[in-house]
Amino acid sequence: MTTKYTKDHEWVSLDGDIATVGITKFAAEALGDVVFVELPEMGATYLKGSEVAVVESVKAASDVYAPIGGTITEVNDTLTEAPETVNEAPEAGGWFCKMRVTNASEMDALMDKAAYDAHCAAEG
Amino acid sequence: MRYLPLSPEDRMAMLKRIGAPSVDAFYEDVPEAARLPGKIDGLPDHQGELAVERHLSNLAVKNRTANEGKFFVGCGAYKHHVPATVDHIIQRSEFLTTYTPYQPEIAQGTLQTLFEFQTQVAELTAMDVANASMYDGSTACAEAALMACRATRRRRVVLSGGVHPHYAAATKTLCEAQGIEVVILPPALDGEGELIGALTDDTACLIGQSPNVFGTVSDLSDVSAAAHEKGALMVSVFTEAVALGLVPPPGEMGADIAVGEGQSIGNPLNFGGPYVGLFACTQKLTRQMPGRLAGETVDADGKRGFVLTLSTREQHIRRDKATSNICTNSGLCALAFTAHMTLLGGVGFKQLAQLNHEAACALADALEAIDGVEILTPRFFNEFAFRTPVNAEAVLAMLDERGVIGGVRASRLMRGAGLDDVIICAATECTTDGDIAAYADALREVV
Repeated sequence: MTTKYTKDHEWVSLDGDIATVGITKFAAEALGDVVFVELPEMGATYLKGSEVAVVESVKAASDVYAPIGGTITEVNDTLTEAPETVNEAPEAGGWFCKMRVTNASEMDALMDKAAYDAHCAAEG
Repeated sequence: MRYLPLSPEDRMAMLKRIGAPSVDAFYEDVPEAARLPGKIDGLPDHQGELAVERHLSNLAVKNRTANEGKFFVGCGAYKHHVPATVDHIIQRSEFLTTYTPYQPEIAQGTLQTLFEFQTQVAELTAMDVANASMYDGSTACAEAALMACRATRRRRVVLSGGVHPHYAAATKTLCEAQGIEVVILPPALDGEGELIGALTDDTACLIGQSPNVFGTVSDLSDVSAAAHEKGALMVSVFTEAVALGLVPPPGEMGADIAVGEGQSIGNPLNFGGPYVGLFACTQKLTRQMPGRLAGETVDADGKRGFVLTLSTREQHIRRDKATSNICTNSGLCALAFTAHMTLLGGVGFKQLAQLNHEAACALADALEAIDGVEILTPRFFNEFAFRTPVNAEAVLAMLDERGVIGGVRASRLMRGAGLDDVIICAATECTTDGDIAAYADALREVV
């Protein structure tokens, strides 16, 4: 299983052809208390970079972009009742959705952990 | 505050600063044909205050007002009694300048009235949640269509032939500008059921009205069920809010979104506006709802307070992804609605609805007794359509000569629909037995 990151602060873990998507700890901390997550529809197909979800905190509402193209196979219903899970465990229990990827090679262009940490440090 | 007009010196100073030799030179980019060469035809020269007041008063007495009685116009704007208390409350200086609060929490009184307004609208429509109002019924209808498209991610909306044509037109304008397909079914007295036949797999919502523009009261439950089966939403429209005191409210007919005009409660006819749009929906759809939303909470000391909530839907935060560009509301009209509704109370509101229905029944009985007059509306609240043996436009003109404003000819709203002999008329608690007798007498003379 490989985990990659985007400059918009999404993370994606690929296991076989199933990718799990969420927002990073850095993003969750920047947003503040998450109060609502609008999850994608089951079975819907998204291109890499298209809006797949919306995360809303007490401060702002932000779009979450698909780090990789694919079809939604599962959404994290926990977030509907407990959106604070995104703050508590952004890169574990706070995942947004799982998707069957269309083209796994799209992972190659994303950042690894070290590159992403450097990206965050640069953003301050 | 004194009005301070510009002096020629002021004007010259400004022109000099921007480097234009004259006002005409400043406007030289405007094509010659679009510029006004001299005076406006028919507009008199400026005059003193006294002369202007006299001139306008002379014009004003030519108006026929609904207050003079024998007034039977409905079709989306209704003549109801507004208690003097309502006017007194809305003219309090704390409220009179009320507008959508930009520093909301400081305006607790305004937020409280908006919260009460929302509570009343939600109860009236039997929906879970209502917003702090829209501009009017027609824009509320258009916003409901847009909201349904967002919620279902579909791009097709269908309106029944019973939806007020102005509402349908506003919906078409706003939706088509966003590339949404808008289907408007042909005018039909009892046409809400026809929505089912126009339903497709890619339909975002069905929009039906009860009572509809012809006054027909319908149970939209079957239409709602059909919509839901295809994953579409049901939008239930009303133009006469008082009807909700007697007819089944949208929430009891399976509506996902309820929209309508609130003018009937607390707001005079006022030459057609400003009015107040009512907008309510189910809990599930709250985050897709346009407009402002006041919420009740407690402060740090545990005391009751009010806030604007779910603002992340709105344009000042969500920008182009906002649920609507309407972040304002008809604050003062909404306050008038709330003041009147509070005075009426639940029982009073039902009694008001009863009076309206009884007046309309009496009117229908009186008109139907006339040879050649046929009441067309099968089930009505306070408004119905009837057929006259002669052209409706001519009938209304002749009634007018006899001091009766008899209603709206259907052909005015629905051109080319073969309704040239149809008049839509309304009666309310303001309609007296004398008014009804006068209408019947005048109509008997002209048909």
